Amino acid sequence: MNPEDLHYTQSHEWVWIDGGIGTIGITEYAQKQLGEIVYLELPEVGHIYNADEEVGTVESVKAVSELFTPLSGEVAEVNKAAVEEPGIVNDDPFGDGWLIRLKLSTDEEIGKLMSAEEYAEYVREEEKEK
Amino acid sequence: MSIEVEEKTPAPARAGERDRLHPEPRREPLVFERSGRGKTGYSLPPLDVPETLAIPKALRREAIEGETEISEVEVARHFTRLSRLNFGNDEALYPLGSCTMKHNPRTNEEMARLPGFAASHPLAPEEVSQGALELVWTLEKVLCELTGLARVTLQPAAGAQGELAGILMVRAALEKTGNPRKTVLIPDSAHGTNPASAHFAGYKVQELKSNVRGTLDLHVFEEAMTEDVAALMLTVPNTLGIFEDQILDIARIVHAKGGYLYCDGANFNSFVGIAKPGLMGIDVMHMNLHKTFSTPHGGGGPGAGPVAVTERLAPHLPRPTVERRADGTFTLDFDRPDSIGRLRTFLGNYGMFVRALAYIAAYGNRIGEVARGAVLNANYIRAGLTGVYHLKYDAPTLHEVVFSDKKQAAHGVHNTDIAKRLMDYGFHPPTISFPLIVRGALMIEPTETEGKPGLDAFIQAMREIARECEESPEIVLNAPHTTPVKRVDEVGAARNLILRWRP
Amino acid sequence: MLRAIGASSIEDLFASIPAEVRKSPDLPAPLSEIEIRRFMRGLSRKTANARETDFFLGGGLYHHSVSAIADQMLYRAEWLTSYTPYQPEVSQGTLQSIFEFQTHICLLTGFDVANASLYEGASALVEALLMAERLSRKRKKAVLSAGIHPEYRETVRSYFANLDLEVVEAPLGADGATDAAALEAAVDEKTFAVAVQSPNFFGVVEDWNSGSRAAREKHALSVAVVAEAVSLCLLSPPAVGLADIACGEAQSLGVPMHHGGPLLGFLACKTEHQRQIPGRLVGETRDKDGRRAFCLTLSTREQHIRREKATSNICTNQGLMALAANIHMSLLGKHGLREVALQCHAKAEYLKGRIARLPGYRLPFTGPTFNEFTVEAPVAAAPLLSRLAARGILAGVPLSRYESRDTNRFLVAATEMNTKEEMDRLVAALVHERGDLEVPPDPPEAR
Repeated sequence: MNPEDLHYTQSHEWVWIDGGIGTIGITEYAQKQLGEIVYLELPEVGHIYNADEEVGTVESVKAVSELFTPLSGEVAEVNKAAVEEPGIVNDDPFGDGWLIRLKLSTDEEIGKLMSAEEYAEYVREEEKEK
Repeated sequence: MSIEVEEKTPAPARAGERDRLHPEPRREPLVFERSGRGKTGYSLPPLDVPETLAIPKALRREAIEGETEISEVEVARHFTRLSRLNFGNDEALYPLGSCTMKHNPRTNEEMARLPGFAASHPLAPEEVSQGALELVWTLEKVLCELTGLARVTLQPAAGAQGELAGILMVRAALEKTGNPRKTVLIPDSAHGTNPASAHFAGYKVQELKSNVRGTLDLHVFEEAMTEDVAALMLTVPNTLGIFEDQILDIARIVHAKGGYLYCDGANFNSFVGIAKPGLMGIDVMHMNLHKTFSTPHGGGGPGAGPVAVTERLAPHLPRPTVERRADGTFTLDFDRPDSIGRLRTFLGNYGMFVRALAYIAAYGNRIGEVARGAVLNANYIRAGLTGVYHLKYDAPTLHEVVFSDKKQAAHGVHNTDIAKRLMDYGFHPPTISFPLIVRGALMIEPTETEGKPGLDAFIQAMREIARECEESPEIVLNAPHTTPVKRVDEVGAARNLILRWRP
Repeated sequence: MLRAIGASSIEDLFASIPAEVRKSPDLPAPLSEIEIRRFMRGLSRKTANARETDFFLGGGLYHHSVSAIADQMLYRAEWLTSYTPYQPEVSQGTLQSIFEFQTHICLLTGFDVANASLYEGASALVEALLMAERLSRKRKKAVLSAGIHPEYRETVRSYFANLDLEVVEAPLGADGATDAAALEAAVDEKTFAVAVQSPNFFGVVEDWNSGSRAAREKHALSVAVVAEAVSLCLLSPPAVGLADIACGEAQSLGVPMHHGGPLLGFLACKTEHQRQIPGRLVGETRDKDGRRAFCLTLSTREQHIRREKATSNICTNQGLMALAANIHMSLLGKHGLREVALQCHAKAEYLKGRIARLPGYRLPFTGPTFNEFTVEAPVAAAPLLSRLAARGILAGVPLSRYESRDTNRFLVAATEMNTKEEMDRLVAALVHERGDLEVPPDPPEAR
């Protein structure tokens, strides 16, 4: 269910790394928790962030979730189509629902992220607490 | 243990039946859409002084394009019809947990409209406003007696503003010792205004996880209570309706570390007249006149959020306070150097003071009956629905009870759907999705002003809906069926914001 | 019922409350409805009010006519006893009424977005400033005109004291309006908002453009403050004056004075800022059958979801007052609102003219006024006003209440409710109070 080639965070973001560019989005679990997404607040292209900084928000009717960047880098691109039609993030969170592309400043942070299996286990634990 | 309802009472007329009796469409255009050129709904006396316009044209506006042109008849029709699209407490049970939707006595409406209250001005000379000041002073004294605390301010406009006032007073007191501290502790079951208010007082919020009973975990709390903590904000009883019976221990721990115990008094209806917060070690507490003290909710406000404090916090009360002189006259005291200042204009939501005082006067020393009735009614509903709906926390509850949709979720039905289906049965839904620690919450607070037939009808309706969830869930999932509008597209509203009419 | 619960007495249900904290209140016995009315009427009789005196008080709270239907409609149970419209299917009345109220405020202020109301004017200003602060990203200073109502400014300071935000005041010029040069000088790159009130506390009409110009220079937000909302029916709208946010008190538009509360705060802004607006918002949508319907929207900014990250800690709005204002504004409408404003202005101009010509009295400010103005008396104002009050004339608000050095100055307001006879009586009384040995004849126009 969670694509194997992605890395995951505890705040339910995923990142796909390809040639120094990190593509970031929210997971299937996150979009399901949020419900229908109505608004996206995404950062400006060119802005530089450190890992774990808040870069934007994902808003649904019943909740607002902060979006955190798992890795440090400079914003190269944001998904304008998703901003126009936030529903894309619900429909295809791992694909067309991507949110930000970062020019990564280092490749040393990847080790802190979770694998698909570790993330699935993490979600299972969270669900148990509810 | 399953309970047989004692009487078979007819369910209230369903909205669908009303539609057959009133065939006109249950829809009303906007007042702007009723507008038409040349219609008027007002009359003014002719000007008895020279017509003057001494403001330069550059500072003046053109006509207010788009504003209405409409007759009084149309205004009467419009607002009467709109009102009939609303459900109010006068219609049937409105069991919104945490809101205390009790009956609003009509005599209080008349009292509030007396000219000395409705048409008086707080900036008139004090000596001609003695009646108004006496009312404020009297209500404050009465609330002191009910809370067992030393002083009260009536200035805050609502509970949330009262919370802010309370935490600001704590901060002011701590600042006097040289250290305002950094954090406020708040249970995860608290109402959202608690952390929001603490934040606006300049504090960081640390959330305390409730224990398996749904109450404060004393060990978790004791560890968290350091000298960096300014206050613990506790709702008493908590938002599950459970009284923190370790309250005296909690107070002891807070005070031992030099902190303050703040009580969110939204649930005061459960013990007013029976127990006193001042005896529990509570230092500061806000109340809601629109909850415990019957002032009407009016579609979302106005409210009033008085705050009671110990003698120690009294110097920090908002400015001005109402004082009584030795000769029995009343005055406003602005000379309060340690005051937190003011949080709004004038003295507060005065019109609500009149109503609240009239309400309390009607009960007098028998006001404990309010709490007794509230607690009895809520426990009766609890008994009637236990086993039918899932009760996450088993502890004894007072004036409200929080069920969850866990049993019904097995059939794909959630609390929202149950709430919508209740409308078809002629009731307003309970609070859903709060407190956050109960997933799929249904928070029910009947208040003391509901009689047994009304409670039985509600229980019966909830049981039938539970049955529907098992046997024919689509009818619940597609509810409501008989209301003026069906399920509203809230996602569409947020994605495509239309916040006003355009000419 | 106890049997059903499984308890032997109601007392059992309170077992969780420790004995040490139980105490019955020491209050008198219950009073009947008749006795309560007697008690309340007694207090009412001991309070001077606008119906039983010649009334000229303003200072942020005004005596206007409210039609009977606006008041009587509030007695309807469906309006009075309902609550926040969280369940839209059974609250379309409230929701539509709020949508209409939002529209009225937009029409008056010239903006496209207005919220469902706030508590009252002072906290509305606080909310507007906090909104500007959020939009400014990390700026820390607000510049307030000294013409803003002193209780509003005091409220701002009380809130800001704990939020690490700075407040700076820009003084008034000799004409009674904000000194434009001083205002611009006070604004810098650390400023997130510039706030100006019009008509200001002293009655002087200000130009919204002065505040917005000063703000724009340094990319701050311009906040327009209104305490006498009837002025919006005659004066240039804040949006036309290029403000970013308008806020203040809408009590004048259909809410009785109620000795200072409940009132009706409002806030309106440009569409580009709408996601930062505090308080409740009603939006238009469809139900699942395609019917037009209304619901609360953008709730995610509010405290019940965002908690400590909320745009505000506000929970209630002033639902019943917003309804009263909606009815009042709908009834008066395009022509009535303007006519009321014109009458207020004409009456105040008449009174102002007569007082200005009284020897010993003067008008310290030369700027244009709407329906309120500052008078400087030849004697201390507060005792003068007390003497007049004893004679059944509530002549004005002494400035010494707010600023101890303005001992001889007071504010006088006139509305469509004041008759020429009342105003002439006030003038005669001021003459009488002057303390001269000789009372000169009335000026020719009065005869």
